[in-house]
Amino acid sequence: MKRFVYADNAATTQVSKPVLDAMLPYLSEQYGNPSSLYQFGQTAKSAVEHAREQVAAALGAESNEIYFTSGGSESDNWAIKGIAELLAPKGKKHIITTKFEHHAVLHTAQHLEKQGFEITYLDVHSDGLVRVEEVAAAIRPDTALVTIMYANNEIGTIQPIAEIGKLCHEKGVLFHTDAVQAVGQVHINVKEQNIDMLSLSGHKIHAPKGIGALYIRKGIRFKNLIDGGAQERGRRAGTENTASIVGLGVAIENAVKNIDERAQRLTAMRNRLIDGALKIERSRLNGDREKRLPGNINMCFEGVEGESLLLWMDLKGICCSSGSACTSGSLDPSHVLLAIGLPHEIAHGSLRLSLGDYNTEEDVDYILEQLPEIISYLRKMSPFWERIIKENA
Amino acid sequence: MAYTDKVMDHFANPRNVGEIPDADGIGEVGNPVCGDIMKMYLKIDNGVITDIKFKTFGCGAAIATSSVSTEMIKGKTIEEALKITNKQVIDQLGGLPPAKIHCSVLAEQAVKSAIADYYRRQGIDPEPIVGEIGDCEACHTHF
Repeated sequence: MKRFVYADNAATTQVSKPVLDAMLPYLSEQYGNPSSLYQFGQTAKSAVEHAREQVAAALGAESNEIYFTSGGSESDNWAIKGIAELLAPKGKKHIITTKFEHHAVLHTAQHLEKQGFEITYLDVHSDGLVRVEEVAAAIRPDTALVTIMYANNEIGTIQPIAEIGKLCHEKGVLFHTDAVQAVGQVHINVKEQNIDMLSLSGHKIHAPKGIGALYIRKGIRFKNLIDGGAQERGRRAGTENTASIVGLGVAIENAVKNIDERAQRLTAMRNRLIDGALKIERSRLNGDREKRLPGNINMCFEGVEGESLLLWMDLKGICCSSGSACTSGSLDPSHVLLAIGLPHEIAHGSLRLSLGDYNTEEDVDYILEQLPEIISYLRKMSPFWERIIKENA
Repeated sequence: MAYTDKVMDHFANPRNVGEIPDADGIGEVGNPVCGDIMKMYLKIDNGVITDIKFKTFGCGAAIATSSVSTEMIKGKTIEEALKITNKQVIDQLGGLPPAKIHCSVLAEQAVKSAIADYYRRQGIDPEPIVGEIGDCEACHTHF
C-alpha cells in the first residue's frame, strides 16, 4: 500500500507540537515589542531571553554569546565576512575551509576571494573526513579564520571538530563551524571543543524556517550585521521575531534532551536502511559509515540517474533528495560527491535519505520495498546500465 | 524544476520503451559523464518508420522527451521524422524548464543518429540527408 514517507529531514523538518504550542501565544495575545519598557513588552523580552538561555545551554555557552539570526546561511555569512573584515586590516587575509562546505560557506569564501582574500579549500578524502594534520599544515601567520562544517549536509560525515578546535586554539586562529546539521544530533560543547563561532538553524530541529542563531565567543570583537536599534546587543538590529525565537528555544532544548536515545533509535533505522539498500548490486554508501549523522543515508546506484530516481520515489510517496546534476540545477553533480572523489557518472546516481524523529520502522520497510524495484525498473531502461553489465560480463 | 503534467505522464508511463532486436537503425547519443544517454531503435519499411523503441539513462525530462519523440515519429516517413525539431518536442510536452531544454535537443539527435545508422547500413552517406549530429557538449552550449 502506498504511504507518505518524509525522508528528507536534512532539508527541513516539521514544526513539532511543543514548539508550535510554545510559539502560538506570541503570534496572538502576546504581541508586545520586546524593546518596549512596559510590562506587556517585557513579557515578550523575557520569552526571548529565556530562549537565548535555552540555546546557550544546548551549546555549553553563555546566553550573552548567542545572537538570533534568520538562519544558517545568515549566521555563516555573518561569521565569515565579519571576521574577514575585522582581521583584513591586520594583514590577515587567509581563510581555511573545505571543498565540501554548504554553499552558504563556499560562496561566501568565493566572494571574499574576489575581494583579495586567499582561501585554502582542504580535501575531505574518500571517507568524507577532514584530516586535522592537513588543517595544521594549512595554518599560516596570516590565517584569519578556519571554518569547517560540523557535519556534512549531504553525506552526513562528522568532522573531528574538537581536535580542530584545539589546534586552532593552540595556534591562535579563530575557528567557526557550521553546525546546522549537527545540532541536536551529536553532543556539542563550544567551550570544551574550543569553538569560537557556531552557526545553527531552527528548521532542521523542528522549529520554523527563518530562525537561527550564531554563537560568538565572548571577547571576540565583531562587526555589526545590521545597524539600527539595540536588539541583539546592537549587533543585529531589528525587532525580534519573538514567536520563532521562542520556538527555536524549545526546539533546541528538546533536541539535546535524550540525544543519546534518539541517536540510538535513528542509527538503528539508518543501519537497517543502509544494509538493505547495499543488497542492490553495484551500489555504494558515500561517506564514512561510523562517523556519520544518525539519520543520514547517502548512496549511489550505478546505471541510474538521481533525478529520475527521486521522481520515482516521489511517485511512490517517498520524499528524498539527490546530488545529481539535474537536481542541482547545474551541469555538474554535487560538489560534495565530487570532493570525495566520485566520478561524474557515479555521482549522477546518488540518493540521500535523511531520517528524523517522526520516521518509523514501517517507513524503513516501505523504502526498502520500493527502492530496489525502482532501481531495477530504471536500470532496465538504461543504456548506461546495459553498458556496465556488458563491460563487466 | 516543476514539470508539466504531460512530462510527468511520459516519465511515469513512458511509451515505446525497450529494444528492437532486428532494428534497421540504432542511434545512441549523450554520455554518462553528462548524466544522460539516449538510445533509439528503428524499424524502417519503405521509408516509413514502422516501429521505434528507446532506452534512456537520464533525468525526468530526458525520459519524457525520449518517450514523446517516439510517439511523434512512429508511423512517419524518414523525411517527416527528420523535420521534427526539439521545439516541437517541447511544445508537445507543454514546455520544459530552461535547464532541461538540452534533453529535447538530445532526443532530436538520438532520432537523427538512428536514421543515420539506417542509411549507413544501406551503404548511403547519411550526412547530406541527416546533417551533422552534434556531440553531448554541443547540446549544453546554449546555456
